[in-house]
Amino acid sequence: MESYSVKRRIFYDRLFKAIIIFLTFCSILPLFFILFFITSKGISVINWDFLTQLPKPVGELGGGISNALIGTFLLVTIASIFSIPIGILTGIFLSEYRNGKLAYLTRLCTEILQGIPSIVIGIIAYIWLVIPLGSFSALSGGIALGLMMLPVIIMATEETLKLIPESLREASLALGVSYPRTVLKVILPAGFSGIITGILLGTARIAGETAPLLFTAFGNPYMNYNILKPINSLPLVIFNYASSPYPEWHKLAWGASLVLIILTLILNLFTKLVTKKWKIQF
Amino acid sequence: MKAAHFSKVAFAEIFFRKLLSLAGVFIIIILLAILFTLFISSFPAIRTFGLYFFSGSTWDPVRSEFGALPFLIGTLATSLLALAISIIFSLPIAIFLGEYFTQGGKATFIKSMIELLAGVPSVIYGFWGLFVMAPLVRKLELSLGVAPLGVGIFTASLILAIMIIPYSASLGREVISLVPADLKEAAYSLGATRLEVIQKVILPYAGSGILAGILLSLGRALGETMAVTMVIGNRNSIPNSIFSPANTLASIIANEFTEATDSLYLASLVELALVLFLVTTFLNTLGKWIIHRMAVNR
Amino acid sequence: MSQKITSLKEAKMQKTFKIITILFILFGFGQIGFTAEKELLGAGATFPYPLYSKMFDVYHKESGVKVNYQAIGSGGGIRQLINKTVDFGGSDAIMSEKDQAEAGGPILHIPTCAGAVVITYNLPGSPQLKFTPDIIGDIFLGKIKKWNDRRLQEINPGTNLPDMNITVVHRSDGSGTTFIFSDYLSKVSNEWRGQVGKGTSLKWPTGIGGKGNPGVAGLVQQTPGSIGYVELIYALQNKMPYGMVKNKKGNYIQANLKSTTLAANTTLPDDMKVSLTDTDSPDGYPISGFTWLLVFQEQDYARRSKEKAKELVKLLWWMTHEGQVHAEPLHYAPLSPKAAEKAEKLIKSISYKGSSLIQ
Repeated sequence: MESYSVKRRIFYDRLFKAIIIFLTFCSILPLFFILFFITSKGISVINWDFLTQLPKPVGELGGGISNALIGTFLLVTIASIFSIPIGILTGIFLSEYRNGKLAYLTRLCTEILQGIPSIVIGIIAYIWLVIPLGSFSALSGGIALGLMMLPVIIMATEETLKLIPESLREASLALGVSYPRTVLKVILPAGFSGIITGILLGTARIAGETAPLLFTAFGNPYMNYNILKPINSLPLVIFNYASSPYPEWHKLAWGASLVLIILTLILNLFTKLVTKKWKIQF
Repeated sequence: MKAAHFSKVAFAEIFFRKLLSLAGVFIIIILLAILFTLFISSFPAIRTFGLYFFSGSTWDPVRSEFGALPFLIGTLATSLLALAISIIFSLPIAIFLGEYFTQGGKATFIKSMIELLAGVPSVIYGFWGLFVMAPLVRKLELSLGVAPLGVGIFTASLILAIMIIPYSASLGREVISLVPADLKEAAYSLGATRLEVIQKVILPYAGSGILAGILLSLGRALGETMAVTMVIGNRNSIPNSIFSPANTLASIIANEFTEATDSLYLASLVELALVLFLVTTFLNTLGKWIIHRMAVNR
Repeated sequence: MSQKITSLKEAKMQKTFKIITILFILFGFGQIGFTAEKELLGAGATFPYPLYSKMFDVYHKESGVKVNYQAIGSGGGIRQLINKTVDFGGSDAIMSEKDQAEAGGPILHIPTCAGAVVITYNLPGSPQLKFTPDIIGDIFLGKIKKWNDRRLQEINPGTNLPDMNITVVHRSDGSGTTFIFSDYLSKVSNEWRGQVGKGTSLKWPTGIGGKGNPGVAGLVQQTPGSIGYVELIYALQNKMPYGMVKNKKGNYIQANLKSTTLAANTTLPDDMKVSLTDTDSPDGYPISGFTWLLVFQEQDYARRSKEKAKELVKLLWWMTHEGQVHAEPLHYAPLSPKAAEKAEKLIKSISYKGSSLIQ
């Protein structure tokens, strides 16, 4: 600080700030490129037919993604049924037994589970569900997605419940409410918004997952409501059609991408709304 | 009667507590089951190839010779390159949000954009990469005199970098905002400019946390499948240049899993998955531990 | 005050959620009984996928049976059939003995049509090129690296070949198309046979990989100077040029319905496991091949019902008879009377608990 002038230091300081701001705004450019590209290519494809029709055979024009929409919906539902109850219970466990050895192990396992690449989860679901059941199925795809959603819900629940002050619990117990009732009817509702946030975020994350579905849900050109049979989904449509040489299929893939992005955006917006409206301040 | 009511309540409580513990145990069991399954299913390959699995550079399903070296190199090359590229952007974002603009309109805007970037599904990144980035890279390759494939390690690294920016940026931001205010104030009161505070106080202090963020991003990059599969060129041999096509651990599994036509082939693929699982777990655990230590020690 | 409203809302939401959940479970499980038998699941080759997707669409309209065929490559078809996760597999590769042994029971190869593997490329102006067997081999071995190589220019005197690198595009997944192509190359090139061999997944000396026939076609379409091998229909549907190939008798043949049919007109063994490459027919296209549907001969396995087996046999019969009309418009060669006869015999030999399912 002795040898160079204050002016120079201030100059570097300003330059640095400018570079930081520049690089930051640069890094969000790809987002705009992607959104612009998908919107411009996909918007012309989306119409009522697109959303309600089944895909056509190879090389024929037209067709739609109705079965993929239903498929994504069903898969997310199955994943939720699997992961929400267990996830919330585990989250409660972790926030109640914060420092126990079991809690430590559980937390560790949850974090590891969250970091497992989705393709590995797909392999696991294949070995656990597809081979024994003898068929690809929506169920196996849903469970694979559920395994990925589980850590998200667990951690969201734990974080939310940890923030709830002890005084609430103490007051309830002091009034003679039993422990299970206290947790379920007092503490849990207080953390409702945080838990819903976790669920929505988990849903947004798995709605776009493809890798686990490659060997589980498998795909289906028809409409399917049977969870024991293969099923189509939006990410699968995008993957299959994008890798094809047919321009018509590329267009369908752009349309499906736009639908998926809009879905994700809506879920994220919903999350923000929920947090604002239902968050109980202490 | 009061006694009976009391024991009913006690029973409900015990039952409930046991249920909670059961939930905790359930997660542990699931994880162990995953590890166990991966081991058992890859055992034929482990037994046949031993450690040569990792040094073998031949992946030949016809002759049942499986060596993972091409994919280890492909994975490392793409992930490290992606990491390097992403740091150029995620560190500035972390500093932007953690130091310069912690509140207010600009902060919310950038934060939301970053969240959106993270929310774009992998397959859409791959799709966009194939149709937008690959032609651009092709032009670049033509001007450099290299084979104009468009797909390959370079393209995959670019897409991967964009995908992990949000991850490392938000971790970096958290870590930077953990730096105690009094340390910064002390430096300012000595006449340091903001840059100097960042250089000499914040970054050194948050250094290990940023390192942890890097480790976690690396873990994320290693396991990324769909986007990489669509733009990496799918070549099962050791890449010899940054523009070469290659395959990563994740992409080879995605490509060949449904059709591994014999049990050694399948076991080899599962062994790749096992390696992926172990490496990402290691990186994630290490990273989280470093951050935990940092948060505890302040 | 706000807490009460929240918990009421929450209680309502919980109830609705529970109801929806129960409805879905009932719905999902309820479908099992009604529709299980009227659905068939297949997986495999992308080679005949355009034809199969048309056939299954028509079959659904005519019979109400849904056939879900996922084109994941012949390797995938074979694997999933062995794993018993699908009803039938589609493959243009003949099952290896190792796979056959792993399957546990005899697997029939029922031919559905014949197709041609064409050499497609991406060059400015899309010129019509000629190829000889040794040149194809050397290109895919990586020995001929440039389009204006002397040997290529020699057999294409009328065309000005550009000074571009040749980028080979091959399959990244296990492929029957690769099987047919490598079977051909193994016959016409000693070096290929020794270095690479024939199979569904090869150790390619050079090039980039695409997933499925569509993937290869897509990559060739997008990469200037590239060359790849795809089934004829993929080149036609995407208006991509493909080369004429010199066959055994020395004639340069264009791949089309006629030349493929001629190549298929050879002695057919009873099990129909025959290769059509490097045909002796003077006007036959040398890189042709049958594609098959693979099924277990004995259908009583893994809790399969007799009804399901019957549906499968009905489908196979339809595909080899009424369904054949859809082959020609898509440039696939329909089964010759001889081939159809052999196919019929094979289908009739499919049994459930020993007794034949069709007379």
